[in-house]
Amino acid sequence: MAEVAAVLDGIARYVVPRTLDEALGVLAAGGVSILAGGTDLMPQARAGRVRLQPVLINIRRLPELTGIERAGGGIRIGALVTITALRDSALVRERLHLLWQACDHFASDQIRNVATVGGNLCNASPAGDTLIPLLALGASAVLAATGGTRRVPLGEFFTGPGRSCRRPEELLVAVEVPEPPAGFAGVFCKHGTRPALDISTISLAVGARRDGTVLRDVRIACGAVAPTPIRALQAEAVVEGRAADAATIAAAAQAALADIHPISDVRASDWYRREMVRNLLQRALSHVGQL
Amino acid sequence: MSVNCDIAFTLNGVPRRLAVPADMSTLELLRDQLGLTGTKYGCGEGECGACTVLVDGASVNACLMFAVDCDGRELVTVEGVVAGATGQRLRDAFVASGAVQCGFCTPGFMVQASHLLGQGRAGGEAEIRRGIEGNLCRCTGYRKIIDAIATAAQGGDHG
Repeated sequence: MAEVAAVLDGIARYVVPRTLDEALGVLAAGGVSILAGGTDLMPQARAGRVRLQPVLINIRRLPELTGIERAGGGIRIGALVTITALRDSALVRERLHLLWQACDHFASDQIRNVATVGGNLCNASPAGDTLIPLLALGASAVLAATGGTRRVPLGEFFTGPGRSCRRPEELLVAVEVPEPPAGFAGVFCKHGTRPALDISTISLAVGARRDGTVLRDVRIACGAVAPTPIRALQAEAVVEGRAADAATIAAAAQAALADIHPISDVRASDWYRREMVRNLLQRALSHVGQL
Repeated sequence: MSVNCDIAFTLNGVPRRLAVPADMSTLELLRDQLGLTGTKYGCGEGECGACTVLVDGASVNACLMFAVDCDGRELVTVEGVVAGATGQRLRDAFVASGAVQCGFCTPGFMVQASHLLGQGRAGGEAEIRRGIEGNLCRCTGYRKIIDAIATAAQGGDHG
């Protein structure tokens, strides 16, 4: 019995597939932990927060999961693209600047060099840095399985802290981001005790397009204020089609308090999170109004 | 116990071939299996940078990397860094600037600094500060470490 338990506690098989089909076949058989960058999997497994499955699949050699490219009115980012690669991408910097800002603020150089956008999404932390701008930008997750591929808008992808609608037999292969309209600009900001390597107390991605004196295509997403990253739809509605004047900004910040559901934890109280959202959203909207 | 896996990689320029448990970290491989103790165990979760090594030319936290993932890659540890010209310049600058106190964080800073110098990302204090944000030092207050990296970036150990 001791031997059986030991086998169950360890990794019985390590697989490095060379093609997506091979990887999906391994996933279909079940009992698999997926390794990409490993920056979340390793510490979570060591801390006992995640139980390693009998099969460890290293997806790092799958060419189908790489690259950043324009595709059909959007930008397709392979799940294995690292945060450093996003930060170094001229396309991301110019067209998805909200995402670029989050990558610039992400953890540390050592972690950015390894961590992947797919891993950040599948880890599904309510505070995940790339999740907030990707949600604001209306991105979708592309999930593949032996039975076929489906696309899930990020607004439906996250189902709780550390949970997503990805089924165990599915692999996140890419995230697709619609190209923002010309003139769309935004601000990503996060608040914590230090600029680097801190899990956000709260984070915000705010974007809009200036149309004369008013803002259109307003997008506001918030991190660490609900069980999942969320869009602040009521706050967006307040600003949409209006000038970013003091009264509108104050009304939007007030409306955002009805969008969020923060909890108290080791990083901050729910009251503090509400106050930070109210204040940082006003600052961000004021900034976006001047971009 | 996890299954043993055969891996082949280059370590400080030397090809290596060995078997590692599938759940072993690269830090454990380096320190416990290969005896390269220059790479330090600080926090074990990527917060402190004491275990920084270069993998295919990029700095990474060895504590967060599965050892099996070293297969086919090129690893350089602090022992490899100081064997090169940039590493020697950094070492001399760290000594001259008084950037070493207890010394525990120093190997991680040396490896990260060599990565910054190699990429031309040590052009000024602000850039150096951003570059070392993944490395913690509890002794120096960073001032002398930043001075040392700036000195090495300028090509000497006496500024």
